[in-house]
Amino acid sequence: MCLGIPGQIVAVTDAARMMAMAEVSGVRRAVNVACIAQGPLENLVGQWALIHVGFAMAVIDEDEAAKTLEALRGLGEAQETLEAMAAGDAALEGQI
Amino acid sequence: MKYADEFRDPRAARALLDKIANVTDAIGATAENPKRIMEICGGHTHAIFRYGLDKLVPEGLDFIHGPGCPVCVLPMARVDECVELAEDPRVIFTTFGDAMRVPGSRKSLLQAKADGADIRMVYSPLDALEIARRNPEREVVFFGLGFETTTPSTALSIQAAAAEGLKNFSVFCNHITVPPPIKALLDDPYMRLDGFVGPGHVSMVIGIHPYDFIARDYGKPIVVAGFEPLDLLQSVLMVLEQIRDGRAEVENQYARVVPEHGNPVSLAAMADVYEPRPSFEWRGLGEIDASGLRIRPAYAAYDAEVKFGVGYGAENRNVPEPEGCACGAVMTGRIKPVACPQFGRGCTPEMPLGALMVSSEGACAAYYQYGGARAEAV
Ligand code: SF4
Repeated sequence: MCLGIPGQIVAVTDAARMMAMAEVSGVRRAVNVACIAQGPLENLVGQWALIHVGFAMAVIDEDEAAKTLEALRGLGEAQETLEAMAAGDAALEGQI
Repeated sequence: MKYADEFRDPRAARALLDKIANVTDAIGATAENPKRIMEICGGHTHAIFRYGLDKLVPEGLDFIHGPGCPVCVLPMARVDECVELAEDPRVIFTTFGDAMRVPGSRKSLLQAKADGADIRMVYSPLDALEIARRNPEREVVFFGLGFETTTPSTALSIQAAAAEGLKNFSVFCNHITVPPPIKALLDDPYMRLDGFVGPGHVSMVIGIHPYDFIARDYGKPIVVAGFEPLDLLQSVLMVLEQIRDGRAEVENQYARVVPEHGNPVSLAAMADVYEPRPSFEWRGLGEIDASGLRIRPAYAAYDAEVKFGVGYGAENRNVPEPEGCACGAVMTGRIKPVACPQFGRGCTPEMPLGALMVSSEGACAAYYQYGGARAEAV
């Protein structure tokens, strides 16, 4: 919950709500990009960001993203975050 | 396992460890009279144990584990209030999974869920917003927990709910801030600290200047650090070099992610939605001035305290810590987890008695998980 996870912004999904689709370790997840938006949101597509609880908080470069992901895997935090994302999806359906 | 295998760049790690050993020698720090460096962030605590850094650095260096694990500092009374909210049949209670197993005086959220309360683990407050949209006949409460890394997310979610006019969404705000407990620890006459490794992701939001008082008023060095093991070693070295040179400054080892002045959008959202509470209770540390945030009156419609009459909005209920647990002494760095009589006996990660055993960022859980399997020294 406290550590962000790197994800790549792949598409803008709802510009009015500042929402985009990010790919995090192969998993797609809707994220809010208000904190990293500068200029047209389209410019964010392809960029890497540190994502905290569904909010992109800082733009990082690809190398930093790879290093951070490796560190998170070492701590077991990457897996935990991906599980939390899956739990969040299930919660929407009232399943857990 | 040889420690070298564990690092992304073993040569760099060894070089940093050599330098750390040299500076530790130069400043005359020994096992009997060590320099005590506090890593504030629970993520750093976890990384230190995972990579056995406490065993790899010289004996003259002692890591003191700070209060930067929001789950660990959550008082029992707050958990009780979460359970009370969750047991209200109108409510869908949404929370980060981390909070589920924190013991309350009656039960944890996990037990409340097993007993039939509608509690849903979410990844993000955005999930909670969506649940509110899909369940207009229910009240959706999100448990706002965490430091400045998660605070912007609830602030932006409350702003979004207000913009949409959502009527059935509220936040039970228990957000806390990093600088006040550090000041409280520095003011504690029993606490001796020689320097700090500052939190990386919190600082990404607030920048590095909120720590100025540590250097200016208390004469202690602080280095904001990333949480890769090499980042941590580099930062420890920077702290030691400041001690050696008689400097006390706020330095930023993690400048590739942490902007000097933080993230302006996050800071604006936090300032718009939240204001400091006069004081807030921390498990193990007690009440600390201006260390918690509450929702401003302008957003009262989204404040679960106002809506349901719980928390600091109601009477201030103090619930004593469980018998025989030494969480407070561990939290303030007075004793190591293994010195707690409950450690590994009445208190394990499976059946935690104290909150420091719940999260992998808690010092007790980190000791328990990695204590027996430390990497060998060089
Ligand atoms: S072992 Fe358990 S009871 Fe003892 S200090 Fe740690 S968390 Fe608290």
